[in-house]
Amino acid sequence: MTRPPSVTIVGAAETAEIGTVALSSLGLATDAARRALADCALTPADVDGVAISGLNPYLPTFVAHSLGIEARWVDATMVGGCSNLLHLRHAAAAISTGQCDVVLVTHGESGRSHRGGPVFRPGPDSWQGQFELPYGTAGPMTLLTLGALRFLRDRGLDRSALARVVVTQREWAARNPRALRRDPIDIDGVLDAPLVAYPFTRPMCCVTTDAGGAVVVTSAERARDLPRPPVHVLGTGEASGAAMASQMPDLTSSDAFRRAGAAAFGAAGLTPSDIDHAMLYDATASIPLMALEDLGLVPRGESGAFVADGHTAIGGRLPVNTNGGGLNYTHSGMYGMYALQESIRQLRGEAAAQIGGVATSLTHAIGGMFQAAATAILSAEAS
Amino acid sequence: MTTATPGRPLPVPTPETQHFWEGTALGELRLQRCRACATTYFPPQAFCPACSADDIELVQSSGRGSLYSYVITHLAAPGFDASYVIAVVELDEGPRLLTNIVGVEPDPDALPLDLPVEVVYDLVGQITLPMFRPRTP
Repeated sequence: MTRPPSVTIVGAAETAEIGTVALSSLGLATDAARRALADCALTPADVDGVAISGLNPYLPTFVAHSLGIEARWVDATMVGGCSNLLHLRHAAAAISTGQCDVVLVTHGESGRSHRGGPVFRPGPDSWQGQFELPYGTAGPMTLLTLGALRFLRDRGLDRSALARVVVTQREWAARNPRALRRDPIDIDGVLDAPLVAYPFTRPMCCVTTDAGGAVVVTSAERARDLPRPPVHVLGTGEASGAAMASQMPDLTSSDAFRRAGAAAFGAAGLTPSDIDHAMLYDATASIPLMALEDLGLVPRGESGAFVADGHTAIGGRLPVNTNGGGLNYTHSGMYGMYALQESIRQLRGEAAAQIGGVATSLTHAIGGMFQAAATAILSAEAS
Repeated sequence: MTTATPGRPLPVPTPETQHFWEGTALGELRLQRCRACATTYFPPQAFCPACSADDIELVQSSGRGSLYSYVITHLAAPGFDASYVIAVVELDEGPRLLTNIVGVEPDPDALPLDLPVEVVYDLVGQITLPMFRPRTP
């Protein structure tokens, strides 16, 4: 099979500030976009494709209007927090088939301050509205978490396996000056913290922030004229999952994770043992454990031991969530963009907690309540 | 058992789910079964999610099942008082439902996985919600 033309990420940036930021969701998205364009010395006039999604379905038009972009390619695919990875995948396909040349994938969300965007609320006649919300589900921390007790029991683990994920990622966060939660914490500190939804305590649930991020995507050929070292998109995958968390075929493993991951590895021509660094979307401490198994980075049932043995930690053989993750760094509602940013930083050698010898990084994100997933395998080298 | 708390989200049936909510009002937990491939499924829809056949019959669940997984939420949704159990129950017929476990303290020691449970019906406003309680042999 002939590989499609190589597509690269040439510009990347997050918003100047994260946390509580005096900007609307649109303002965060355009702040990140302008910084990403500046990063690769391009201007809006160079951009001919725009991808962004949120709860406003017309977001690409707002971004294009605001920045003065005349887009001939638009993607507003919205399947939750992995959407920006789908945008990257769609952009790569569009660029490699000549539909457009330079795509801006951007994201901004006033997730803490709720400025300038609608709030997600399924209608009372939707499936969620009929079969989940009447039972008092209170957002992601009561839905993403539903299968965790079954997961732990099936794998012979207990709640300390969730706490270990937090402790390990907090050590990474301590090296990231922008991380919100940076204080050291131990297993007991995590387990004894206030409960959010048993078995989950507060440190096992992500922070909530205002933030944004953007990437500029173009062909490897075009990248040669640009200042930053290109990050090559080796392979991507996307997948839909069960429409309701409670209806997953197996609540301890995401079929969407498995299919998105397999597609990305297949496209890249790589196997899990080729991955040097992984960013695994962590709205809760349980999700990275599931992702480790579902992506084949460890065999099913071995994620808890893999983390407990230090393999994802500083000095480990597969550093995971090196920005501190959504648990500690930032999470404005759709975290996939921030996972992607850290993969890019590690491949460029400019991460706050930079690790050595990163040739290949994997970014994986969940959408909704395991309703979708996307995986991207990136490299500093073209193949 | 009747509870009606202001602000609590309540289901609004659609044509595809009307039979389900009419059933709960009568004390029946109605599932659907595909006559072509014998799949019993939930949530309600007019054709089989496994094989797309539209030769579908209504079947009444025994209302018996087991506790598949759960959380005890300390975040309270509108109209609820924390803490309470949000659970996934696996019915003996196969499908799983998200529900509340009632009639038991929201305490992990009282809620081992695979605990046998049975349906109870809770009239909330104008609609009857199926919930589950521990089943005594």
